[in-house]
Amino acid sequence: MNYTFDFTPIFQAWGLLAQGAWATVYISAISMALGLVFGIVLTALRMAPLAPLRAFAIGYIELVRNTPFLVQVFFIYFGMPELGLRLNAMEAAILTMTLNCSAYIAEIVRSGVESIRPGQIEAGKALGLSTPDVYRFIVFRPAIRAVYPSLCSQFVLMMLNTSLVASISAQELTYAAQMIDNRTFRSFEVYFVLGAIYLVLSQLFSVGLSMIGRVYFSYPTK
Amino acid sequence: MIRTFGFPELLFILDGAKWTVLMSLAAFLFGGLLGLLVALARTSKIRPARFLALCYIQLFQGTPLLIQLFIVYFGLPIIGIRVELWLALITGLSLHASGFLAEIWRGSIQAVPEGQTEAARALGLGYISRMRDVVLPQAFRISLPATVGFMVNLVKGTALAALLGLTELTRAGQLMSNITFEPLKVYATVGLVYFAICLPLTLVSSRLERRLNARG
Repeated sequence: MNYTFDFTPIFQAWGLLAQGAWATVYISAISMALGLVFGIVLTALRMAPLAPLRAFAIGYIELVRNTPFLVQVFFIYFGMPELGLRLNAMEAAILTMTLNCSAYIAEIVRSGVESIRPGQIEAGKALGLSTPDVYRFIVFRPAIRAVYPSLCSQFVLMMLNTSLVASISAQELTYAAQMIDNRTFRSFEVYFVLGAIYLVLSQLFSVGLSMIGRVYFSYPTK
Repeated sequence: MIRTFGFPELLFILDGAKWTVLMSLAAFLFGGLLGLLVALARTSKIRPARFLALCYIQLFQGTPLLIQLFIVYFGLPIIGIRVELWLALITGLSLHASGFLAEIWRGSIQAVPEGQTEAARALGLGYISRMRDVVLPQAFRISLPATVGFMVNLVKGTALAALLGLTELTRAGQLMSNITFEPLKVYATVGLVYFAICLPLTLVSSRLERRLNARG
């Protein structure tokens, strides 16, 4: 082994990496929030009394979950302009992330909703809660609380997935690292540091998400 | 000359799928062997082994697959191993798979009731026989849905090989998109090929899960 490691050019470019990390957090946070909203809508469609709505939701969820994120990114970024939807890299990245997230979230939320016993809903109605209130307090909140841990790990996976949007030159963390790599030719060192940054980010995400969960779901269980 | 997206282009894409399937199988095989060792270390009585296995799993679950592939690809030559791109990719994918499979199998091993281990020990079985004959067969059944589910992720993960330049399914799509200027059709086709590979696995996984739940 006659390779001398040199990390200095990478640390000199810390500004680029910090900017990239911020962009990664930004893309992830927006897509998670939007994905959660669309995911819940999809769950509702998936459990709707109308068969065509259910079929649409199932088709969408399975199509998204059984194709690679990278292909979805290319499809949206390179394919959509043919249909007249021209997006810049960042918009395409956020759109694809959101569409991708919503399918996974829908599957997770559905298993949460299915864990709510019908008696709960009947009890809510008997207590005189309006239908929206029944869904808000008795179905969705406990459902999401029940599946919150798997939702969190899905969110972390999604954050890690944002590394792929560098391939359409959306300027996030991996893109910043590739720029440093092109300038310094210190490929191994660059990606080693990059891996470390992602590791820290994913730990921060899981701690942050579980704190949000503790605050939001801090009402008694029984 | 601009070609239109026709049969030869479709064949080229399908030819790329060969690599996708091959890499998935190889990564699952090698990742599975390594993952089993890590899962056993993670559930062993030896504290340092448990800790090391935990770090190993966290490392692979806490960094993007793309970066893992880059590190293996650029790192192997540094430790004096010069390999072809496809071998580096299979190595990277196998390591990735081992981390995730280890975590799935850790859960399954721990889901086997404690009484089974105690009974096996009372019968005088040693660690190897206890694991091989009593715990692992039961853990295997519990782990099946999640394991098959992970295979879907692995197939999708092989798409990243395109970013390092191996002409598998996604890269074949990129090439065809570049010469036909019909990205919509090309990527839809590529997506459908992945869908055709992954959907059966997904269906098997959810069927296994239902069967497992039914048995309680």
